[in-house]
Amino acid sequence: MTGWTVHSGRAVSLPLDGVDTDQIIPARFMSQPRSAGYGEFLLHDMRQDPGFPLDAPAAQGASVLVSGRNFGSGSSREAAVYALVDAGFCAVIAPSFGDIFSANAVNNGLAPIQLSKAEVDLLHSQISAGTSSVDLDLEAGSLSLGRTSFEFSLDPVWTQKLIEGWDDIDLTHAWTATIAEFRKADRTARDWAWPKCGPD
Amino acid sequence: MTAPLTLLDKLWSSHEITRRDDGVSLLWVDRHLVHEGSHHAFAKLADRGLRVAEPSLTLAVTDHYAPVRNRETGGSTKQIREMVDRLRRNAAAHDITLLGLDDPRQGIVHVVGPELGLTLPGLSINCGDSHTSTHGAFGALAFGIGATEVAHVLATQTIWQKKPPVMRLRFTGRLGPGVGAKDLALNWIARLGADSARGHALEYAGPVVEAFSMEARMTLCNLSIEGGARFGMIAPDTATSTYVEGRTFAPKGQALERAKAAWGELNSDTDAEFSREASFDAAEIAPIVTWGTRPDQAAPVTSSVPGHASDALEYMDLRAGQPLDGIPVDQVFIGSCTNARIEDLRAAAAVLSGRRSRVPGMIAPGSMAVKRQAEEEGLDQIFISAGLEWVSAGCSMCVGMNGDQVGPGKRCASTTNRNFRGRQGPGARTHLMSPAMVAAAAVTGTITDVRPMLAGREVA
Ligand code: SF4
Repeated sequence: MTGWTVHSGRAVSLPLDGVDTDQIIPARFMSQPRSAGYGEFLLHDMRQDPGFPLDAPAAQGASVLVSGRNFGSGSSREAAVYALVDAGFCAVIAPSFGDIFSANAVNNGLAPIQLSKAEVDLLHSQISAGTSSVDLDLEAGSLSLGRTSFEFSLDPVWTQKLIEGWDDIDLTHAWTATIAEFRKADRTARDWAWPKCGPD
Repeated sequence: MTAPLTLLDKLWSSHEITRRDDGVSLLWVDRHLVHEGSHHAFAKLADRGLRVAEPSLTLAVTDHYAPVRNRETGGSTKQIREMVDRLRRNAAAHDITLLGLDDPRQGIVHVVGPELGLTLPGLSINCGDSHTSTHGAFGALAFGIGATEVAHVLATQTIWQKKPPVMRLRFTGRLGPGVGAKDLALNWIARLGADSARGHALEYAGPVVEAFSMEARMTLCNLSIEGGARFGMIAPDTATSTYVEGRTFAPKGQALERAKAAWGELNSDTDAEFSREASFDAAEIAPIVTWGTRPDQAAPVTSSVPGHASDALEYMDLRAGQPLDGIPVDQVFIGSCTNARIEDLRAAAAVLSGRRSRVPGMIAPGSMAVKRQAEEEGLDQIFISAGLEWVSAGCSMCVGMNGDQVGPGKRCASTTNRNFRGRQGPGARTHLMSPAMVAAAAVTGTITDVRPMLAGREVA
């Protein structure tokens, strides 16, 4: 995964609370391999409504999604993040996010940016008034839509992961010896925690 | 003097391998459960040519796509059969034990772990499924993870995680008859909100929780994520060790004694501090049903659809002010990792015994072991005589991946955990409630207060 620090693109507004993972990607699409591309599954069933905001001509090519409270609540399905990333999004802005969704997002280069409800509402109204060009800077924690600027604070660990495009598996290899030591000590200290069949 | 510790503190420190300067801990994973949905993680492993680090601490279970009838076909569509078979191939390639469709131990991953004694107090347990918090009922550090994290656990048997603050929910008083763990859970979620526990670990405590069976505790912990929390946990006690002892993979003999000594320490110290606390009087809780499309859109069955016209009400085809009692349902479903254990089936059978269902419905036991036990107790006959379909174990209509779906516009009274739009099938309308309440809805064909229907009956 390649990291990113600054981004300039266009924002689209989906002013709904509680857009859950079952809506972001309905379960029936999740058996596809990732290489199939998950973009077309994004919010699939909601998009059956004519006039769905993401399908408006002005929303084509948008890369920043502004939504409502508790975005990505529900299941641990990382496919919800794949759908957003494959559809070209690199950030979602909302007043709050589901915990597992945020973690999954950061693992795939998608920034879950939290702003206050008032700020998010302002973004929605500006986008609906026709302003959509957005600039994001992860390092500075700043975001601007048109001429309005906002500050956000992302967990520093997440910021770093997004910027570096870090992959935890690579990182953890540096701890291989520490893990092995822990494992060895644990087998004695908590022998009962290791699964056994039959009497010891 | 050492600072008082919470249950989470104790579980965390016994699994922390290292902590980075930024406060993120590397945790050892005692048990890793995988299912068909873990295919993205196996693909990541294959891309890098990595092996599973600890196959003996990993268990694969066929549940999400498991056909619950006509098992011999391996699934109703090519896509489903491929998902079932892909897990078989990945498990075989990595020497992971698989509880597949023909295994008598097969079932929903969160039902099977505890049943086999793989879930124990004091363990850390991960699974690529948000209801992994279920295992916290044993005093385990259990949380759901995404595919990238699943791949990390497969490759290293560890996971990076920042320790969350703890929110304690205490339940005092006595639950009324016909009211159970599902009602308790939907009640607190409705009162505090579906994102109220976001960023927190939940610890459930108080006399009501202490008096709960392990099944009821699992239901309570299962629904933690519906209130926003990734972790839910309950301090282990004698009920916990009694449940665990003698199960296939549980420690035995001397090891069991050592385990029990360790489990005795697993509780929050009396003066431990919590970042948030809330307390609920169980006596005030009536059976709860959801009326909207989020789990916190729930209310006592004795009340009316609250609020004002909204997208949720439009989707559910309900009016604000309409009494919940009396809303007609098209079908019922009893199943899922929330409410398909033996006690749940007994509670449903207590209502259905000698009665007929007015609507079609399906009962999918949480595991094949639950299925066998229910059949030994004759519960299957009660369900079949009521006109309901008795099938094999799997997630089934909780998520519809195996093809069992609620039709568009159809209304289902369901013991599952999510009433999200389209969760049970495109356009499906889900009302979450307890197994007893679903049984009552079956008998009357409408959402109904189960309590009067229990008069003169023995309730488990
Ligand atoms: S029963 Fe439902 S919630 Fe539980 S693991 Fe299966 S799909 Fe997930």
